[in-house]
Amino acid sequence: MQSVEQSHHPGLIGRQSLPSEAVDQAKKVRREEGFPVGWLIAPAALWLIVFLIIPLVGIIVFSFWTATGHGMVADFTIQPYIDYVYTKGFFDPESRYFLTPSVFIRTLGSTFYFTLLVMLLCLIVGYPIAYFLAMQVQTFKWQMTLFLFAMVPFWTSYLIRAVAWLPMLGRRGLINNFLVATGIVDKPVSIFLFSELGYTTALVQLYVVLCIGPIFFSLAKIDKAIIEAARDMGATAFQIFREIILPLSLPGVAIGMIFIFVILMGEFATAVVVYGGKATTTGTVILNYYGIANYPFAAVNALMLMLSMMVGVVIILRLVNIRKEL
Amino acid sequence: MARWSRERRRKAFVKGGFSVYYVIFLLFIYGPMIAMFILSFQGRRGGTSFPMRGVSFYWWERLLQPSTVGDLQGAIGRSLILAIVVMIITALFSTMLAMAFRKKFVGSGVLFYTVMAGLMVPGILLSLGLATVMRQVGLPPAWWSSGLGVHVVWTLPFGFLVMMAVFNRFDSRLEEAARDMGADEWTVFKEITLPLITPGIVAAGLFGFTLSYDEFARTTLLSGEYNTLPLDINASMTQRIRPTLFALGTASTLFSLILIATFVVINTILFRRAR
Repeated sequence: MQSVEQSHHPGLIGRQSLPSEAVDQAKKVRREEGFPVGWLIAPAALWLIVFLIIPLVGIIVFSFWTATGHGMVADFTIQPYIDYVYTKGFFDPESRYFLTPSVFIRTLGSTFYFTLLVMLLCLIVGYPIAYFLAMQVQTFKWQMTLFLFAMVPFWTSYLIRAVAWLPMLGRRGLINNFLVATGIVDKPVSIFLFSELGYTTALVQLYVVLCIGPIFFSLAKIDKAIIEAARDMGATAFQIFREIILPLSLPGVAIGMIFIFVILMGEFATAVVVYGGKATTTGTVILNYYGIANYPFAAVNALMLMLSMMVGVVIILRLVNIRKEL
Repeated sequence: MARWSRERRRKAFVKGGFSVYYVIFLLFIYGPMIAMFILSFQGRRGGTSFPMRGVSFYWWERLLQPSTVGDLQGAIGRSLILAIVVMIITALFSTMLAMAFRKKFVGSGVLFYTVMAGLMVPGILLSLGLATVMRQVGLPPAWWSSGLGVHVVWTLPFGFLVMMAVFNRFDSRLEEAARDMGADEWTVFKEITLPLITPGIVAAGLFGFTLSYDEFARTTLLSGEYNTLPLDINASMTQRIRPTLFALGTASTLFSLILIATFVVINTILFRRAR
């Protein structure tokens, strides 16, 4: 090191300044290059504080306020929380509500149930599509084209896609026409529109695209050489899938499932459109209590929804390590 | 030799099976939309389901007349304006954030998770929270204020992830070279960085536009006096459903498709130029 610094040649023509100063200058510039971070993040950070943090903090604060019938006052109470978990007659063996959870907890439960059901169905329907695109389609161009075709509905209004189910599901809908025409049933059945079956089918159609993307990306990343090696060593197709492809695609599955889980838990529009508002999801409960100006109780319902979502996401993250994917 | 051909046949069989499944899948996700599209040309006396009673443009004409369901034309205009503003803000903010994240800074972790929280928090929660806060403060909600606010919270994570991916593959030596040649920060940005990341910015903007244009849950309690398009569609659903709704749905879907096609074309051109 020493020798290098000493060896600075004064130059053949005239004299050149020592490099130390110039090097220092360059280092200083390096540290300050690019726009100042503060200015870059300030607008977005401020926006998020006003429109994300404050509303969330507001929900937590208001859940402890007292409802007055047409608004609320800053009077500390935990009554909304009690109303949420406790129904009259819970401890009374004579009552028909003996040891049954409150209607709000049951609503949250059924929201959870539908969400899990739809997640599972989306996985069953969507995984083979992602597998087909990533493993069976050979050229990149075709892969991308077919992938885009499967993803296009994501860019269209989901409310309208929900509306589009109406002509399919009704008593005189397409599905019934088809069933009658092929002779599977004698006369139209009314099990589709405003039924659990129709509702679930519509939800799967609406949200399955959300899991195809992430699964496709993690499948496409798998090194084909590994599969080739396994095949050379005599692994069957099923073994290759179980031992290599499935484990490596789990991060994508987890991300897709988180997407669907998060969106479905807060879902309420589809319930109104294709289920005729028969299903109460936690989302509709929140809207109802907002409508009758019982804001603290709406806030408690919202908090419980958020809490159960966080639990769900943590469980998914515990099961699968998605770090590798990010 | 025989084994080889059997293996081949098996592979072709599997591939064929998957292809058939893919086609069925496309029918499943596009089928309802196609049915809606056909039914929007339902005859004057026809209803909201098959069979078709003649073919007409009657319901499409009804769509253009005022007074069908609420203030449809106004709602479309408001949704378009909102989507354009959200698009601009999303593109701007996500570019700025992603540029900031190229360096390490204090609180970057917190900021990252806060941006991502916009994706995770259900729309109904944000809607409720902001509506109650504004009510306590005494500010009336409106689509151009509170509506705009929560829309950007929702679209920002998508744009941000796109721009992060863009900068991940970005070669900063190009910028360093420009700096070494004496360019100041603005010149570097304008001449080097911006042209290279433009496809990403367009993608982030597209996310902003379509997600805002279709957003329903986040605007439910926050649009104030005037409805955006999804709210108007939802309101018309509580009345008797007519094929007008299908015409509207078809128009809206076609609009989205044209938008994607335009985007694909623009980005191909930009990518070719960036290279």
